[in-house]
Amino acid sequence: MKQLVIVSGKGGTGKTSLVASFAHLASHHSPRVRAAFADADVDAANLELVLAPDRRESHEFWGKSVAEIDPHRCEGCGICHNVCRFDAVLGPPAQGDSIFYRVDPLACEGCAACFYQCPVQAIRMVPQLAGQWFYSETPYGPLFHAALRPAQENSGKLVSLVKQQALRHAENAGYNLLIVDGPPGIGCPAISAVSGADLVLIVAEPSVAGIHDLHLVLELTMHFHILTLVCINKADIHPQGAAQIESFCAEHDIEVVGSIPFDPSVSEAITRGLPVTVFRPSSPASQHIERIWQRLLPML
Amino acid sequence: MESNIPGTTPRPLRIAVASGKGGTGKTTVATSLALSLVEPPLTATSQPQVAFLDCDVEGPNAHLYLRPTFDRREDVVILVPEVDASKCTVCGKCAEVCQYHAILVLGTTPLVFPHLCHGCGSCARICPENAISEQPHPIGVVEAGITPHGIFFARGVLQTGEPLATPIIRRLKQWAIPPFTPSHSVIIFDAPPGTSCPVVETARGADFLLLVTEPTPFGLHDLRLAAQVAGELGIPAGVVINRDGIGDESVTSFCASAGLPILMRIPFQRAISEGIAQGRALLDIHPEYRTQFWDMFQHIQDLLEHHSQVGPLRKLATDSQ
Repeated sequence: MKQLVIVSGKGGTGKTSLVASFAHLASHHSPRVRAAFADADVDAANLELVLAPDRRESHEFWGKSVAEIDPHRCEGCGICHNVCRFDAVLGPPAQGDSIFYRVDPLACEGCAACFYQCPVQAIRMVPQLAGQWFYSETPYGPLFHAALRPAQENSGKLVSLVKQQALRHAENAGYNLLIVDGPPGIGCPAISAVSGADLVLIVAEPSVAGIHDLHLVLELTMHFHILTLVCINKADIHPQGAAQIESFCAEHDIEVVGSIPFDPSVSEAITRGLPVTVFRPSSPASQHIERIWQRLLPML
Repeated sequence: MESNIPGTTPRPLRIAVASGKGGTGKTTVATSLALSLVEPPLTATSQPQVAFLDCDVEGPNAHLYLRPTFDRREDVVILVPEVDASKCTVCGKCAEVCQYHAILVLGTTPLVFPHLCHGCGSCARICPENAISEQPHPIGVVEAGITPHGIFFARGVLQTGEPLATPIIRRLKQWAIPPFTPSHSVIIFDAPPGTSCPVVETARGADFLLLVTEPTPFGLHDLRLAAQVAGELGIPAGVVINRDGIGDESVTSFCASAGLPILMRIPFQRAISEGIAQGRALLDIHPEYRTQFWDMFQHIQDLLEHHSQVGPLRKLATDSQ
């Protein structure tokens, strides 16, 4: 069982459109690959919008606990305020205010330092429902995905959980491949997404910003010693940029497995809720994506 | 907006530019707004002092368009525990209080995992033997400088392999206020994509959230979430629709039903995409946007004065829970 993770550094370079097309190509084109899918962009999970999922299971995801101060027990000593390194304990109060200190739940990182230090046990840690994760069946195979509640923390943990569930299911059901749609960035959700990957495919945009972020995400996968390939999306929007990516990758021994031209069919397919390879198989984008898929197959 | 008390510095207007979905054009909008403010149209009656913070510490790009010369740089560290084995009695209290499983007590000394540590200091405080000292662990940098247009520019950069973006954003935000810099009348925050902690840390304390989206089902899905973040934080918001003309009308109808004002539409044009890909600012590609961004800034100020106009947003957040 292999794990292919698609990331990009910069957001909006076309990760999800590519994964959706791979899902279609794996399940409907020869040679067939028994593949399962995971959407590891739990902040903005869009893969479900193009894979027509039929939701079979939903589960709660409980994230961090948040401190809560009981105003009746609090004696206003201010220790909680002093020990908090996340500016989450608000106060001290104005004169005449009956409530001494309170916690901003959005700023609280759930470290519980205040809980342990409060001399009168006025603080309790309250678990937070941070989101949900789902198992769905799609016309292309099983999909594991999640919805983090807005303004919540722990998206890295939820990414790990979604991947764990997908791997377990896929292994038990005899799948050969897990394709993971990764989050943007290089921080905790991205690290969780690429950890354990057999192969990472970076979708790079040939823009100055895309190239900048390609370097950052390449540093990340090299840091973790993961075999990494690159493909260039919207390559013709800035041909010099595309050439720059090609020569940078050649210098660093990173294989560029193909490029995809800018093609309005891609956003039209999103609007129809379909992978572009289903919506318009003969479009330039579909043709190039299929070529990339064919090059990936022997490595999976 | 707040009344200005004589003898005090007026509080700057803080505008955070966010999106939910990545690649919708946050940086294009944020940098264009900044440039239109420092070189306002001839009809303008004032010229704001602008600070720009690139809070997308996992993929900072705004410097590519605003081209600052960085002259200040500082490591951002979190304090991670170091256990003095000669004092440690292996009582296990440190591991017990650590909510991030960053200390494991096995055998004769606790093991510390710096990448899991949030630097809260709880273990050092609880240790009955005072065996834990805290050592700085660098997780990234913050740097600042001035752009050729006179914008104070600061950004944070997360170090490769480090998971925590929020401490860098928290530190970065301190750089835009006195005593670190002279005061500015407008501070623009370029947020990272997503809807979780780094976005919340960026938007906390902002007066207005400018949400950049594209008119596709992906854009709509993520705009809905971003609008809920605005609701959770109680910050009034408005929308910029980028690449207008692709996709469908669903974003427009969502904005109408959610009471989110659409402040600008930037049509999809291959020339814009090409120019931005080359590193040109939108205002260079199409100078007429200078007036549009200036007008949008006036519009935002009007909206803030009539805060009630954007009130329905709070209701939206409550409804969706």
